[in-house]
Amino acid sequence: MTALRGPIRVVESELLGYKRTWRGTAISSFVNPLLFLTAMGLGVGSMVDSGEGGLGISYLAFVATGLMAASAMQNGAADGAFPVMAGIKWRKSFEGAIATPISPADIVVGRFLWSIVRLTFILVVFGAIATLLDAMEFVPAMKAVPPGVLTGLAFTTSITAFTVTRENETSLSTLFRFGIIPLFLFSGTFFPISQLPGFLQPIAYATPLFHGVELVRKFALPGADSTVVTAIPVWVHLVYLVALTAVSLYLASRWLEKRLKK
Amino acid sequence: MTEALVEARGLTKKFEDFVAVDSIDFDIIKGEAFGFLGPNGAGKTSTMKMITTVSPITDGKMTVFGLDPTTQGRAIRQRLGVVPQEDNLDLELTVAENLYIYGRYHDMSRASIRERIVELLDFAQLSDRADAKVDSLSGGMKRRLTIARALINDPDLVILDEPTTGLDPQARHALWDRLYRLKQRGATLIITTHYMDEAEQLCDRLVVMDQGKIVAEDSPRKLIQTHAPREVVELRFESGTQDEHVLKLDGVAQRTEVLADRMLLYTDDAEATQQEIERRGVHPEQVLVRRSTLEDVFLKLTGRRLID
Repeated sequence: MTALRGPIRVVESELLGYKRTWRGTAISSFVNPLLFLTAMGLGVGSMVDSGEGGLGISYLAFVATGLMAASAMQNGAADGAFPVMAGIKWRKSFEGAIATPISPADIVVGRFLWSIVRLTFILVVFGAIATLLDAMEFVPAMKAVPPGVLTGLAFTTSITAFTVTRENETSLSTLFRFGIIPLFLFSGTFFPISQLPGFLQPIAYATPLFHGVELVRKFALPGADSTVVTAIPVWVHLVYLVALTAVSLYLASRWLEKRLKK
Repeated sequence: MTEALVEARGLTKKFEDFVAVDSIDFDIIKGEAFGFLGPNGAGKTSTMKMITTVSPITDGKMTVFGLDPTTQGRAIRQRLGVVPQEDNLDLELTVAENLYIYGRYHDMSRASIRERIVELLDFAQLSDRADAKVDSLSGGMKRRLTIARALINDPDLVILDEPTTGLDPQARHALWDRLYRLKQRGATLIITTHYMDEAEQLCDRLVVMDQGKIVAEDSPRKLIQTHAPREVVELRFESGTQDEHVLKLDGVAQRTEVLADRMLLYTDDAEATQQEIERRGVHPEQVLVRRSTLEDVFLKLTGRRLID
């Protein structure tokens, strides 16, 4: 437990700050899935489902599972970007922390633990709302929460590692514009990757969100056929996301140490 | 037997080709207030950062509490109180919450933090602002809170990097008063400053730093005695006429310094010097006689003024 003492202290400080802002974030974790599922699932879905060559499941179920993973990505990515830059540069709260027994690695691991808590909450709410809208069954939806959290963590950690090497926020906006948004659109969230032009498919298979989307679908939609999910085994997705998370966590700790301890 | 809390030998910090701290030696003894005096860029902050283990040592040796900053940073920081040059309080939290988080970082129990917060708010004269957001505090209050925060763990050594820079005179005096009390309670303090009056007020012993090197080390009084005659006669002339007067005043004092806007004459007998000036027929626009200060010591040692 001694090794986790520092990170847990960092979680406590995050929690104290969160007490002031939780209402806004909590409300958006309810409202966002509701808006997206209504518009994309019910609105667009009613047209998709009446067309030819369907998915074998409702479009609502397809897009809800995709959005669950995408929402983990977006929240995870956001956790790794601006709050980290603020801690380094704007509010300098990291500098304050490392003047105490807390180390840069404690900050990174602590924020990682905090992301687990936040992502779990967001995805449980997402699953519950999807159940209410008849997009998923409750038990599979809850089974998809841990894979969703893992997807979010892969983004939190890799983007934290990226952020600690950046001088200012311009590159963060660029990352969201040219990284996160294309992933959101082309990683199988809204349509199967098999619909992409052939030369783009390998790129899509290489992205972390694709593995997150696949993983969530394989848990949330048991028995989905090959129009919905690929034949790639679950362990491949898991190894990919766990490896990305672990390597990023290690690099983020090292690079933050370098950044803060000049 | 005196106990050294910090011992540095040949301590060096380089940033690529730039040498910020150039092989300095010093000992900081338990119970003293030790000053690092020098202009901006002298290497004071780099030295502080090495002591607080947040900057790796490039070369040389240092121990803090007998521990090695490179491998035992956490154990050292557990016993330090650090007041950074720029406040890094959490602006979104309240005064009490800022103290609370620091207590938790130091692994204190909630109950002992609560007790300590009451004492520290009283010490920092912020008791009535406990639940105010830090954002709403004045500069002087924020500074006092930063100092209170550094004391949460009852540190064995308190490091203050330019504690009063940027404060108005009233806030500075209020802060000095707090630091003076801290000293009376037996705390060991390290203070960096580019204010001479601050060093004279607070430090038992100090080193003068310039361009990464220590150029003198002693008590403020001894430094003045050694490096500057007792009194200074400051002369200001009508603008544009200083140069012609400077020649006429050659040798009237033990040492003279010619600055852009005035001339300084160092002497043990100001009255005799003034009579001599008169005798040579020089009539400055303004004459000011004062005691020598550390500022004069610094000028002599480095040929430059402390604050440009």
